[in-house]
Amino acid sequence: MLGYLLRRIFAAVPVMGVVALFVFLLLRLTPGDPAAILAGDNATPERLERIRTSLGLNEPLIVQFITWVNKLLHGDLGTSLISNLPVMKMIGQRVEPSISIALSTIILAVIVAVPLGVIAAWKHGTWIDRFVMGLSVLGFSVPVFVVGYILIQIFAIDLRWVPVQGFKSISAGFGPFFERMILPTCALSFIYIALIARMTRAAMLDVLGEDYVRTARAKGINEVAVMMRHALRNAAVPVITVIGTGFALLISGVVVTESVFNIPGIGRLTVDAVLARDYPVIQAMILLTSLIYVVVNLLIDVAYTLLDPRIRY
Amino acid sequence: MTNTILDINNLVVSVGKKPGGHKIIDGISIQVRERETLCLVGESGSGKSVTSLTTMGLLPKGTLVPTAGSIKLVGEELLTATDRRLRQLRATQMAMIFQEPMTALNPVVPVGRQIDEVLRTHTNLDARARKKRILDMMEQVHLPQVERIFASYPHRLSGGQRQRIMIAMALVLEPKLLIADEPTTALDVTTQKQILSLIRELQRDHGTAVLFITHDMGVVAEIADRVAVMRQGRLVETGPLDAVLRNPTMEYTRNLLASVPSLVPRPPREESREPIVLEANELSKVYKERAFFGKGREVVAADKVTLTLRKGRTLGIVGESGSGKSTVARCIVRLIDPTSGGVRLAGREIADISRRLLQPHRQKIQIVFQDPYRSLNPRVTVGESIAEGPINYGVAHPEAMKRARELLELVGLPADAVSRYPHQFSGGQRQRIAIARALALDPDVLVADEAVSALDVSVQAQVLELLDEIQTRLGIAILFITHDLRVAAQICDEVVVMQHGRVVEQGPAAEVLTHPKQAYTKALLDAAPGRDWDFANFRPVAEDVGATL
Repeated sequence: MLGYLLRRIFAAVPVMGVVALFVFLLLRLTPGDPAAILAGDNATPERLERIRTSLGLNEPLIVQFITWVNKLLHGDLGTSLISNLPVMKMIGQRVEPSISIALSTIILAVIVAVPLGVIAAWKHGTWIDRFVMGLSVLGFSVPVFVVGYILIQIFAIDLRWVPVQGFKSISAGFGPFFERMILPTCALSFIYIALIARMTRAAMLDVLGEDYVRTARAKGINEVAVMMRHALRNAAVPVITVIGTGFALLISGVVVTESVFNIPGIGRLTVDAVLARDYPVIQAMILLTSLIYVVVNLLIDVAYTLLDPRIRY
Repeated sequence: MTNTILDINNLVVSVGKKPGGHKIIDGISIQVRERETLCLVGESGSGKSVTSLTTMGLLPKGTLVPTAGSIKLVGEELLTATDRRLRQLRATQMAMIFQEPMTALNPVVPVGRQIDEVLRTHTNLDARARKKRILDMMEQVHLPQVERIFASYPHRLSGGQRQRIMIAMALVLEPKLLIADEPTTALDVTTQKQILSLIRELQRDHGTAVLFITHDMGVVAEIADRVAVMRQGRLVETGPLDAVLRNPTMEYTRNLLASVPSLVPRPPREESREPIVLEANELSKVYKERAFFGKGREVVAADKVTLTLRKGRTLGIVGESGSGKSTVARCIVRLIDPTSGGVRLAGREIADISRRLLQPHRQKIQIVFQDPYRSLNPRVTVGESIAEGPINYGVAHPEAMKRARELLELVGLPADAVSRYPHQFSGGQRQRIAIARALALDPDVLVADEAVSALDVSVQAQVLELLDEIQTRLGIAILFITHDLRVAAQICDEVVVMQHGRVVEQGPAAEVLTHPKQAYTKALLDAAPGRDWDFANFRPVAEDVGATL
């Protein structure tokens, strides 16, 4: 197991290397002078020259790359062109809200969706099944901002149970943090509940036709044990895949939700950077997103081996 | 008078809840007594499995419904029992083992825990007592190193070991009734023999009544006390084993028995002077498992296999699963590339020529696969499937279709079948189509890879007859891969016996199958179920010998 983990981490290095190279070339290979791109339209020649020197643009490409990677490894992602803050620091501020929302959303979604999917498969073809599937279609089709605004209207404006929007760090106390998390989590988990419930149901239906489920029933154990002990664990692999990729998607930013609830997350940072052509931030975001996917995929693969003893790498 | 354990009376099982639905089981009555084995025999679709699932209360809910009759287990009615009561009875009073030991165990739970689940559900024993009982049961089913196997996952065990686990699980609470649904069909003959004698032994020790479902008359002869023959949901005939095998009263039973291929090889045809069409020379296939670090594992699937096949003759490759017989067939047809050695097809070496150069030779050797349900493309008409090969080799479409019609008639199907789809045919008919498809290219060699193994005996007999007839008419050479010695005895001129990728023995079928020289061949023959019976002549083989002496 440990050997496998080391091998996988080792194998992630070239993947990240390719991404880094791409990110590096992104700026250098764009037509025109990178310094001019970075400096924007109204730059003075002195400013251009300063940027050129600071980026080492007068050096050969390979030297530039080595210098850049070296800086990267030391946590220096450059400075934002807009705010003039170090990119590392900007991301650092945004990570907490994004991770909090992603975790709470995925946890809520799994808690609600997996039982729904199991019950739908168990009662396959009955009204319960159709109800769950109907709910799932609804979850897919209603946009997250609509759900968000409805929730705000009911629970924040009419009932005044929770604040309308905003984010408080958990270091400011759990209460303020938690009450601001409730609405975005609910709004965002809607679609994930739909997705995971559907996946769970489909996987369970496959497994329920298997011989070992019949064997389990022939042993005289009750249906709950048949479902949980025999069917669900075998159905888990595709469900875990969906949960994992959903989680990666969530961390790497959910712009609409962040906008609706005014949360300073990674999604909005990315969109702002793209709109403002803040290249150092864009580069950092690409690197970060790739890293998230590599890590999440690694975790998914590890989960496979824990769930199914037949899967060995 | 011994006790009746299972009493099925006038049972009817229909499709759907509504009255008037199609009857899958139509009024069958059978009894199984203590210490007795009743074999329920029938071909596919006869309703034998539905009977057993109805007894266990395991029918798919809502689709198949018992609509009349009764099933009594030691006097207790099962059809009206509550789900809760049925759950209590399962494993304690009645237990079941299934056909596929590969899929019948949960792959993600260690086998010991799967047996333990039975005890946890139905007894109040503590963990230590349960484990002791499980290990004891595992020893009774003759599993080695019980402690290790207890903690093993199913995929670590062989098919025979898994079936032993299933039997241990079924019998750990000493149920009065054991239902065995084709428990040895997926196993090799040598394993099958062991499992059959194990069931016998445990039955003797525990006094269990056994309802044994099978399609294999050989197995029936080995294990049955009484036999019940089913056909299309009805009971055809019941009686003691000897009476049914010697004096079947019903036409259907007679036909069923007459279709069982004899283990006694057919009279040898005279030595052939025809040219050699296929030669394999020291053919080997090694699978290498690549490892990231360290040395990869090597599996030798075929080890220096040498064989020759003459025009108009049939060469059988027999062996158990994992013997490498299919690997050899696939190497010869170049579906996979051999690691070393040569294959000469009509005098030309094809083992190592490139795919492109191979193309013109492909038409000289064609293959028919085991499963007729999966080897034909379901979305292509039968005619197009047959014509595809010739069209590939440049025959015009109308001409190829005309040829397809002729071929369908050759294999005993109507010519207008060309425009129909595979799902409109039965398994036997599909295998005929697959044969027609292979013949479409006028091959010199036809490779039949377990081509009759998935078929019912009566259909199997017809397909074997067809192959024989085609060989006589077209002079084609057949390479026949099978695990079934009875089939090999009936169709092969020469046989090659394989084990662990190596050829153990080869020679004329009449010689190898009657006077085997190697211990492995002897063991294989010895394990063939029902070897003492000459089914087609309704008498034991020994009497036959006695009569000729």
